[in-house]
Amino acid sequence: MTPRGHRISVEVNGHLHEGEVPARLTLVDWLRDELHLSGTHVGCEHGICGACSVLFDGEAVRSCLMFAVQADGHRVTTVEGLSGEDGRPGELQDAFCETHALQCGYCTPGMLIAAHALLRENPHPTEAEIREAIGGNLCRCTGYQQIVEAIEHAAAKLVERGAR
Amino acid sequence: MKAAAFEYARASSIEEACALLRERGDGARLIAGGQSLAPMMAMRLARPTWLVDINDVPDLQYIRVEGERLRAGACTRQRALERDARAIRLVPLLSQALQWVGHIQTRNRGTAGGSLAHADPSAELPLVACVLDAEVSVRSTRGRRALRAGDLFTGPMTTTLAADELIEEIAWPIWREDHVGSAFTEVSIRHGDFALVAAAAQVALDGEARCLRASFGVGGADATPVAFPELAQTLAGARLEDSIISTIAERAAAALDPGEDLHASAHYRRHLAKVLAERSLLEARDRAIARRAGQIRQ
Ligand code: FES
Ligand code: FES
Repeated sequence: MTPRGHRISVEVNGHLHEGEVPARLTLVDWLRDELHLSGTHVGCEHGICGACSVLFDGEAVRSCLMFAVQADGHRVTTVEGLSGEDGRPGELQDAFCETHALQCGYCTPGMLIAAHALLRENPHPTEAEIREAIGGNLCRCTGYQQIVEAIEHAAAKLVERGAR
Repeated sequence: MKAAAFEYARASSIEEACALLRERGDGARLIAGGQSLAPMMAMRLARPTWLVDINDVPDLQYIRVEGERLRAGACTRQRALERDARAIRLVPLLSQALQWVGHIQTRNRGTAGGSLAHADPSAELPLVACVLDAEVSVRSTRGRRALRAGDLFTGPMTTTLAADELIEEIAWPIWREDHVGSAFTEVSIRHGDFALVAAAAQVALDGEARCLRASFGVGGADATPVAFPELAQTLAGARLEDSIISTIAERAAAALDPGEDLHASAHYRRHLAKVLAERSLLEARDRAIARRAGQIRQ
């Protein structure tokens, strides 16, 4: 059996990208290897670590558990899409720097996507809600405390600014 | 870890999905949320030759109340069901259970029907379906049939679905008594992991706090989730004292045949089955009483 290639067209970070993919290619591999958007990380490749989180049609999902062909006609936002047009870090990313919420940085893109999805729906999360929101993301460095602080910090700043 | 090569077809209707399953034969598998199937493919535990994708079938994603049942299309996202106001009000056991299913990112993609079709004996939604005696509608090119959730599961990851059948809808009964309480509880190594053992219960009380009906079950402690309708039946008419609940939970646990693995011995699983069945029944009872006392208004 020689598998066919599938033509796909996916809106990634606001731009339409086309490609031809074998069915077995995961979404995260397509994003990284074909589109060279290497911000999204691959940790476990089987849905455990959350490093590969992206927004799919606006919802946070694991991009290692989807095949690129399934994204045809859909909308994806990667961590690169969270910063401003000029590529400068947004409030949330700044907050991660300020509170030292990363060490090796491997989990960071997934954490940012999870936190972004949370704050979009819930601008005033409690600590428990923050921990629930990042519960599917493993970090082997920070012990999580600073990540929780970063998200609290970003929430406060965003509310203060009244803009997101 | 990469999946083995396969062919892919996206269905845009239920009929098309059924036709594709039929045409592509035994090696074809449906993919809904893929939160169990994709990891199994990555680990080469599953090697379908064809994937029939039903994520873009609009007729499989809905939640509605109809005929004393809450009905959801099989491809309804778990997260949508968890947060649906009607589901929370009418079948609260569902959102109570869903909070234990994976994580937000997996529930955003994982589906109600996919969890049933996957039939993990420790999974939350199959247990709730058995405890509430949900009805599962199944489609194929040969037609439509309905079965009770308890008749769906035959063993770990094994169901009575034929290779060409697709789950179309799950319908959970709505308990309309005035004082209903439900509870879901489980023990896992970390929150969001597979349950070692899980238990679910629902109780309806009359104005005198006597049990009108009850239902409960245990997952992860046998080859399938197990509900205990006969034992629950014996609670009808009784005041649900702690001691009665404890005895019933003990008898339920004794009837199970738990497996043993790296994470827990059979002995420990049976112990958990008793403790969790008891805990879920007590909590369901207390919620029903609180409802009766008007402490919970929804
Ligand atoms: S790489 Fe996707 S969850 Fe770990
Ligand atoms: S910063 Fe290293 S894994 Fe989180």
